[in-house]
Amino acid sequence: MIKGNFIDNLPKVYGIYTGGFLAFIIIMAIGEQMGMTKYAIGVCFVAFTIFIYALIGWLSRTAQADAYYVAGRQVPTVFNGMATAADWMSGASFVAMAGGIYFKGYGYMALLVGWTGGYVLVASLLAPYLRKFGCYTVPDFIGTRYGGNLARFSAVVVLTVASFTYVTAQINATGTIASVALDIDFQYAVYIGLISILLCSMLGGMRGVTWTQVAQYIVLIIAYLLPVFWISNKMGAGFFPHFMLADEVARIGELEQQFGFVKNAAADLKTVPKGLAGITKAHSAVNATPWAFISLALAMMMGTASLPHVMMRYFTTPSVKAARKSVGWSLFFIFLLYSSAPMLATLSKLSLIDPNLPTGIIGKTFAEVEAIDWYQNWNQANLMFISDFNGNGTLELNEFFMGGKAVVLATPEIAGLPYVISGLVAAGGMAAAMSTADGLILAIANAISHDVYYKIIDPKAETAKRLVVARVLLVVIGFAGATIAAMEIQGILGSVIWAFDFAMSGLFFPLVLGVWWKRANRQGAIAGMLGGLAAGTWYLVWVRTGGSGFLGITQLTFGIFGSAVSLVLMVLVSLMTAEPDKATQKMVDDVRVPSGKSILGKSH
Amino acid sequence: MSNQQKHWEKTRSLLFITLAIWFVFSIGIFLFGAEMNEVTGPFGYPWTYWFTCQGSLGAFVILIFWFANRQEKIDEEFGFSEREDE
Repeated sequence: MIKGNFIDNLPKVYGIYTGGFLAFIIIMAIGEQMGMTKYAIGVCFVAFTIFIYALIGWLSRTAQADAYYVAGRQVPTVFNGMATAADWMSGASFVAMAGGIYFKGYGYMALLVGWTGGYVLVASLLAPYLRKFGCYTVPDFIGTRYGGNLARFSAVVVLTVASFTYVTAQINATGTIASVALDIDFQYAVYIGLISILLCSMLGGMRGVTWTQVAQYIVLIIAYLLPVFWISNKMGAGFFPHFMLADEVARIGELEQQFGFVKNAAADLKTVPKGLAGITKAHSAVNATPWAFISLALAMMMGTASLPHVMMRYFTTPSVKAARKSVGWSLFFIFLLYSSAPMLATLSKLSLIDPNLPTGIIGKTFAEVEAIDWYQNWNQANLMFISDFNGNGTLELNEFFMGGKAVVLATPEIAGLPYVISGLVAAGGMAAAMSTADGLILAIANAISHDVYYKIIDPKAETAKRLVVARVLLVVIGFAGATIAAMEIQGILGSVIWAFDFAMSGLFFPLVLGVWWKRANRQGAIAGMLGGLAAGTWYLVWVRTGGSGFLGITQLTFGIFGSAVSLVLMVLVSLMTAEPDKATQKMVDDVRVPSGKSILGKSH
Repeated sequence: MSNQQKHWEKTRSLLFITLAIWFVFSIGIFLFGAEMNEVTGPFGYPWTYWFTCQGSLGAFVILIFWFANRQEKIDEEFGFSEREDE
């Protein structure tokens, strides 16, 4: 069936894979009709998809540095776009984003703009130039452009802080889904999630991660779009929801007017389980100040352009030209999911609150709601809660509480879709969290093995030894992440946003100015990285411990302060010290030209 | 001015144009979010709401492809384009 080179056959391979996955969904649907239990369907979905990823990981095993670190630099643009989209869209995007939009509306949607607009910065400021450079990791660029072990090490520090903050959240998400789907304790589920993640990346490094991420993208996008289209059609809201939900959005506005946002007494709110929230903000009205919206979007955009696990995906393309195009494809594949999240939030909210719809629960009596099957299920899962605060016996808008995750996880069931869709959604969430965790753990392990071990500690190490070190680090970092995830210190979304702020505080300006400002030198870059990271961290701690903050910068946007400090320090220190030597200036000139040899050799 | 300097000059002006368009869709329009949301926009959604759901996101996708094509033209003009088989 398949002859010749693997790369040439990619469309065919993934075409067959997609067809096979769709067939699997149909088989599960038939199984459900024939009486398969919900538990069995959930286990099949999660186990089958993880088995496929592990198989791809095993088939991609390699012993070459070039394949391990940058997938042999031969990933075609469109496929690299899919892999980047999976790398990028985490458990937070998949499970929590629609919920955030549902509860917070406009103010939250700054994240949609920020997490897409950042790719314009990636494409125009960085990706093509770093590809031309020919580095294996992001600190590799910093270390060579600015020179010296201290600059390289500072970049590794920033990378590790940002990526590690991010990865604990992803392992947490895989654990949550595995524990629900497989019905086991969260403490153990976290390690099952971790082992699945390591299966993809251990043997094949970047090559294994690339081909599993493409497979994971296909699963997660089917799992996200299928329910949105199905629910929209079932509700009669429109055949193509993205273009046809204006009436539904307007209807939610009407209902908000009619019900009003009644404020609950503090004593009443204390009885609501932790993590659940009610609808307190307008769905489509502008409910944030321009600066609150713009500062959050800006922080996410600059963070996007500084996160190493995204940047290193563009090291795998065959050429500089392909790197640019590939950024466009990445964003296109991300756009497919992000533009659907507000639609899902709209459908979910309307089906719950509109008394004219059969699924609507507002205005029903408490006895009626408590008798509904799905309410009982999700109440038991601690994701839904109702309480008759005013004692009138009917459910009001302010008496209904839900967890953010329920928007994605429970809406198919509320709308009356078969359970097979819920199994599919679990597999999609697992794919989203696993693919991001893979990219992050690989970014950290590669930076430490390549930049700290090989470049600083033992520059004479042989390839085989380097790759053993890289793999050992992968496992160690994975287990450290899982251990912290098992402690459940922070929420998923909060720590993801912090990761962006850390990355932009320390890396944004040292990376950008490295290409765009020839005068930037080593001393400036080190001051910018360490100063920016320290300033950002200080601001976060200060605000978290009761500090008032300034200029409206919150704990979610502390990177704006950190990166401003980084910029000022970098420019001042660079100008006060000697300009970079001739060789470095020549190197910057070469980076700016797309053709010709890369700066670093094929195996450096 | 050398060939390389001219190439960089053009690359830099393309960057400024790209960043200007990026600024409009990521920051500019949200300065007037409240005012714009009063007006009905594409497909019947309020303007600002539509931009946050689809408009800005789609504009970024188109902008990146446009930028990549323009940059390729510049590279070709100065003979810095990479060979296909590389």
